[in-house]
Amino acid sequence: MNTIIQIENLKKSFNETEVLKGVNLTLNKGENLVVLGKSGQGKSVTIQCIVGMITQDEGSIKVLGQEIKDLNEVELKNIRVKIGFLFQHAALYDSMTVRENLAFPLRRVLQIKDEAEIESLSIEVMKAVGLSDCLDKNPSDLSGGQRKRMGLARTLIVKPEIILYDEPTTGLDTITSKEISHLILDIREQYKASSIIITHDMLCARITADRILIMNDGQFIAEGTYTELENSNNDFINSFFKI
Amino acid sequence: MRETVTLKLKNVFEDIGDQTQFAAAFFRNIFRNGFEWNEFIRQCYLIGLKSLNIVLITGFVLGFVLTLQSQPTLKDFGAEGYVPNMVAISIIREMGPVITSLICAGKIASGIGAELGSMKVTEQISAMDVSGANPIQYLVVTRILACTFMVPLLVLFADAMSFFGGYVGTNISGDMTGILYFNKSFASLIFSDFFPAFIKTIVFGFAIGFVGCYKGYHANKGTESVGIAANSAVVAASVWIIVLDALAVQLTSVFVYNQ
Repeated sequence: MNTIIQIENLKKSFNETEVLKGVNLTLNKGENLVVLGKSGQGKSVTIQCIVGMITQDEGSIKVLGQEIKDLNEVELKNIRVKIGFLFQHAALYDSMTVRENLAFPLRRVLQIKDEAEIESLSIEVMKAVGLSDCLDKNPSDLSGGQRKRMGLARTLIVKPEIILYDEPTTGLDTITSKEISHLILDIREQYKASSIIITHDMLCARITADRILIMNDGQFIAEGTYTELENSNNDFINSFFKI
Repeated sequence: MRETVTLKLKNVFEDIGDQTQFAAAFFRNIFRNGFEWNEFIRQCYLIGLKSLNIVLITGFVLGFVLTLQSQPTLKDFGAEGYVPNMVAISIIREMGPVITSLICAGKIASGIGAELGSMKVTEQISAMDVSGANPIQYLVVTRILACTFMVPLLVLFADAMSFFGGYVGTNISGDMTGILYFNKSFASLIFSDFFPAFIKTIVFGFAIGFVGCYKGYHANKGTESVGIAANSAVVAASVWIIVLDALAVQLTSVFVYNQ
C-alpha cells in the first residue's frame, strides 16, 4: 500500500500551550481516514500543518515523499496544488460568482488561459457535486449545503491527489450531512483522491471512514475501523459512539 | 510598569518588522508570474470612480470656505484681488493633497481594511494561499497600486473643484468673471507648486493602500477584528499622511524653494 502522507512525532505549541504532543499518522493511497476528537484537541492544527499553513515545532511531515518543512516557497506551492483543502465554512470568495470562484484556481494555479477549457472543467466539476444550475449565482445565494458542495467543487477542479476536509458536515441538517458524506465517497471513486476527514459527525464518520483515528489531548489514542472502535471497551472511545 | 513598557516596545518593533516584511512581499510580488490587470482595473474603478463624488464635494467646499474665510481679511488690506492667487496656492500646495488624501484614508483605507479583514476571518485568504494561488499578488499588489495610481488623480479633480468653489465664493459678495478668476489663479502658480504636491499625493496613495491592506491582511480571527482592522486602517493612514506631509514640506523647502 502506498503511503501518501506520513507524520511522525509532530509537535506544535502556541505560546505556552502545547497543542500537538507527538502526533503520528499515515494516510494510504485511495484511503478515507477520519479523525475524531473533541473540539480544541488539535485536529485542525494537524491538517493545517500538512499544507504548511502552520509550521511545526518538531517532527516530520512527508507529503507525497516530500518533507514539508524543507520546501521553499515554489516547492510548497507545487505540493499544495496536489492537496485540496475544504474549509469548515467553505471559504468561498464572496466578491466573485460561482463561475469565477471555479475559474480562479484554474487561471492562477494551473495557468489555464483557454476560456472554453475553463468552462468545460467548471461544468464537469459542478455536475460531479450536483450543482449544475448554480454557475451564475453568487456565493451568498447558496444554502449551507450548496456552499459546502461548491467549496468541494473548487477544491476538486484542480484534480488534487489528496483532499483534507475540515469538518465538512458542520452546521448542516442530518439529510444534507448524509448527502455530503455520500458525496465524499463518490468523489473518492470518481477522482481517486485520498482523504483526511476531520469531523464530529458520527454519521459522516460511519459513511466515509475506511479507518478512524481518535485524538485526545494532542495525541492519537485509538485507531481502527468504525465497527472496531464502536465495540471498544474504553469508555472515552465509547463516548463518541453512544448517542 | 517597566514590564508593560517593555511589552509595548516589543509590540512596536514586532509591528515594524511585520510591516517591513509585508512591504517586501508587496514589491516581490508585483510582477511575479504576470500582473493581475483585471483586478487592478476593477480596483481602480472601485477606489477611483466610487470615491469621486465625495472628493468633488470636499474639493468644492474647501475652495468655497477658504475664499469666504480669507476674503474679509484681505479686503481690510485692500488686497481682495489676491483671493484667487491665495486660494490657488493654498489648494495646490497643501490643502488639496492633504484634505483629499485624508478623505481617501477614511473611505478607501477603511474599505480595504474591512474587506481584507473579512476575507481573513472567513478563511478566504487562507483558501487562496492553500490552493497555491498568490493572495499577496491578487489582493494586496492590485489594491496598493490602484491607490497609488488613483489618489493623485482624485486630488487633481478635487483641486479643480476647489478652484470652482473659490470662484463661486468670490462671486457671492463680489463680482469677478470666471476668466479673470482662473487667469489670476493660474498666473500665481509655477511648476514647483504642482510637482512636489503631485509627488506627495503618489506617496499618500501608496500609504493609504499599504496601511489598508496591512491592517486587513493581519486581522485576527473573529468578527470584531474586522471592525478593528477598518478603524485602525483609517487612524494609521491619517497619521501617515500627516507625518509624510510634514516630511514633504521640509524636503520641498530645502530642495525646491532653497530655504
